[in-house]
Amino acid sequence: MFAYVVRRVLATIPVMAVVALFVFSLLYISPGDPAAVIAGDQATPADVERIRASLGLDRPYLVRFGAWVWDILRGDLGTSIFTNLPVATMIAQRIEPTLSLMVVTLLLAISVAVPMGVVAAWKQGTLIDRAVMAFAVLGFSVPVFVVGYLLAYFFALEWDLLPVQGYTPFARGFWPWLENLILPAIALGSVYIALIARITRATMLEVLQQDYIRTAKAKGVGQSGMLFLHALKNAAVPIVTVIGIGIALLIGGAVVTESVFAIPGLGRLTVDAILRRDYPVIQGVVLLFSFVYVLVNLAIDLVYTLFDPRIRY
Amino acid sequence: MLRRNLLMAGAGMGAVAALPRFAIAQPAAARVLKMVPQANLTSLDPIWTTANITRNHGYMVYDMLYGMDDQFRPQPQMAEGHVVEEGGRRVAITLRSGLKFHDGEAVRAADCVASLARWMKRSPIGQKLETFVDALEADGDRRIVFRLKQPFPLLLSALAQVSNSPPFIMPERIARTDPFQQIREVVGSGPFRFVPGEFNSGSRVVYERNPEYSPTPVGTRSLTAGPKVVHFDRVEWHIIVDASTAAAALQTGEIDWYEQPPPEIQMLLTRNRNVVVEAIDPLPLVGIMRLNHLHPPFNNKKLRQALFPAISQADFMSAVVGPDPSLYFDKVGVFTPGTPLANDAALEPLTGPRSIDRAKELMRAAGYANEPMRLIGPTDILAPAAMTQVGADLVRRLGFNADIVLSDWGTTVTRRASREPVDKGGWSMLFTSFSSFDFVDPAAHFPLRGNGAGAWPGWPTIPKLEELRDAWFLAPDLAAQQRIAREIQEVAMDEVPYIPVGAYLSMTAQRRDLADRVKGFALFWGIRRT
Repeated sequence: MFAYVVRRVLATIPVMAVVALFVFSLLYISPGDPAAVIAGDQATPADVERIRASLGLDRPYLVRFGAWVWDILRGDLGTSIFTNLPVATMIAQRIEPTLSLMVVTLLLAISVAVPMGVVAAWKQGTLIDRAVMAFAVLGFSVPVFVVGYLLAYFFALEWDLLPVQGYTPFARGFWPWLENLILPAIALGSVYIALIARITRATMLEVLQQDYIRTAKAKGVGQSGMLFLHALKNAAVPIVTVIGIGIALLIGGAVVTESVFAIPGLGRLTVDAILRRDYPVIQGVVLLFSFVYVLVNLAIDLVYTLFDPRIRY
Repeated sequence: MLRRNLLMAGAGMGAVAALPRFAIAQPAAARVLKMVPQANLTSLDPIWTTANITRNHGYMVYDMLYGMDDQFRPQPQMAEGHVVEEGGRRVAITLRSGLKFHDGEAVRAADCVASLARWMKRSPIGQKLETFVDALEADGDRRIVFRLKQPFPLLLSALAQVSNSPPFIMPERIARTDPFQQIREVVGSGPFRFVPGEFNSGSRVVYERNPEYSPTPVGTRSLTAGPKVVHFDRVEWHIIVDASTAAAALQTGEIDWYEQPPPEIQMLLTRNRNVVVEAIDPLPLVGIMRLNHLHPPFNNKKLRQALFPAISQADFMSAVVGPDPSLYFDKVGVFTPGTPLANDAALEPLTGPRSIDRAKELMRAAGYANEPMRLIGPTDILAPAAMTQVGADLVRRLGFNADIVLSDWGTTVTRRASREPVDKGGWSMLFTSFSSFDFVDPAAHFPLRGNGAGAWPGWPTIPKLEELRDAWFLAPDLAAQQRIAREIQEVAMDEVPYIPVGAYLSMTAQRRDLADRVKGFALFWGIRRT
């Protein structure tokens, strides 16, 4: 197992190298010039050129790529063209809100969606099943920002129960922290809940047809024990896989959710950096997201062994 | 009081009873002003970038030798006064005593000299001033001496410049930074201190009142002139990109001031009795249609003129601010309406009857032979995007062989810099808007330059405009400036470096309990909570 983990971690290196090359090349060929944005409307072409030179943007592709890779190997993600702050500092400022949003969304989604899917499978064909599936279709169909606006309208503007926007760091207390995350987590989690609930239902339906379930019933195992101990454990592998894939969905959805609820997270940082052509920030954040995604996949693979003892690495 | 706060308060009644009385009498929240600014603050160096948000940050942190009042007259700020000698070729400015930077160091003349030297490398009017300067030096700790090659009547106006990199005073060690590199430290002597530990670009910018600040004892407060008296201990800028969210936060009282709500949000906010929506500046922003003079089809002067009968300024402005005519101006010339140089010379082609058919006739007479033209414009900046949409419809109706290229602002700015012809990625027409201060006079009026390759994109070569601009700098009084301004407009309407497409008021929204806001832009002295 240990050797497997080490091999997988080492395998992230070429993946990250490809991502780095891809991101750098894409930005290099994309239209837009940060020097022109910085220089402003009144700058002369000579001013723009001087700014471009001072930022090192006039150097050839290979020189810039080499310098960037060399910096990364030394643990330096570079400096933002616009704020003059280290990219690592900017990411550090933004990582807690995004992490908090993702964790709360994940917890909410799993705790709501898995029971929903199990109950829907158990009550297949009934009103409950149809209601769960209708909710899932709605969750897939309604965009995150629409859910966000509706939640903000009712819970903040109309009923004044929760704040409209912002983020309070965890260090300032659990409730202030959670208060700002409830609405965004529900908005972001709606798609995720729908996805997990559907997969859970489908997998559970398959498992519930298995002989060992019939045997368990015959032995007099109670409904909840049969559903959650026998059936769910065996249905867990596909569900865990979907949860892992869903983390990519969360990263994408976080961009929208952070905008709607003004959460200062990595999603907003990425969008702002792209609009300004702040290359070092874009490259740093994309690398981070790629790394996280690779690690999440590794974690999912390891979790499989907990649910299915036949899986060994 | 917010309902959720009431609920929380109910839970903690016992604890509240134990609070010291003064804590209840002076709630900390009342001494904090929370504002959603027009844009994210990315760069902290107001000389390095011309972004308006960075200029506003500059006015928080830095002070200037002179401020500008709402009649566009320079008034002393850090300066105690000045002496003009040798027939205007020597100007000595004396600093007020006791001025201090936020790091506790005294403000010296050497700091001012270094700051002005850096500013003169970047600011357009500063660059002009530099051509008149023989020497700029410190005479002791409190006197700044300009030795000029010839008198420069606009010296004090230049030092009070409001827009496009105002001459903010920084400590000498910081001001010695290459003007094309960003400064790394924010130390000013202005009414607020920047709090670097709480700066999170894209989320929050925090300023604290500078307790050492000594407002100028002279003048009355207007625009950037007069005493800068601060009534808040702390100002927080909350960057909220989503307009609906910002509006909701203003309505719930989570923020106090939303600097630039878009028109559809303004209508919503006017219905809230706790919110006031009003013009942030009594002077309007000005919209323009810029034409590329380098390549066909608009290198043809007759074709540029042919567009006039088709331009309805009201149509363009309605697209920007909505149909309410009290929010926009039409019949606008090349200077900001309501300012001393605004005039009606040669405006008939824009103010007479509007007619697409007449424009088509003139296009035929100008020899337009279906050459391709490209209209470029942004989709993510409200006013230029709206004007571009109207412009796109217009060029189609006029029968141009038009390629409409819309993109984000960053891409548009880059594409705009291209001097290539249309078939090699260049452009022919674009729309944008400028602040009222940019078009107050010819000094920083970039679309009005006619200096060819050195001009603002579009690159018109119009020597007469340059001559008149130079003459304006040397005009001895306002009457002479106004005469030159009329001539400038006549030349502009003949050569058509651009076409004015109207002017519009920028609206702001604030909680009703805020009063005495200084008109102009987001300034944080004077404003107080009632």
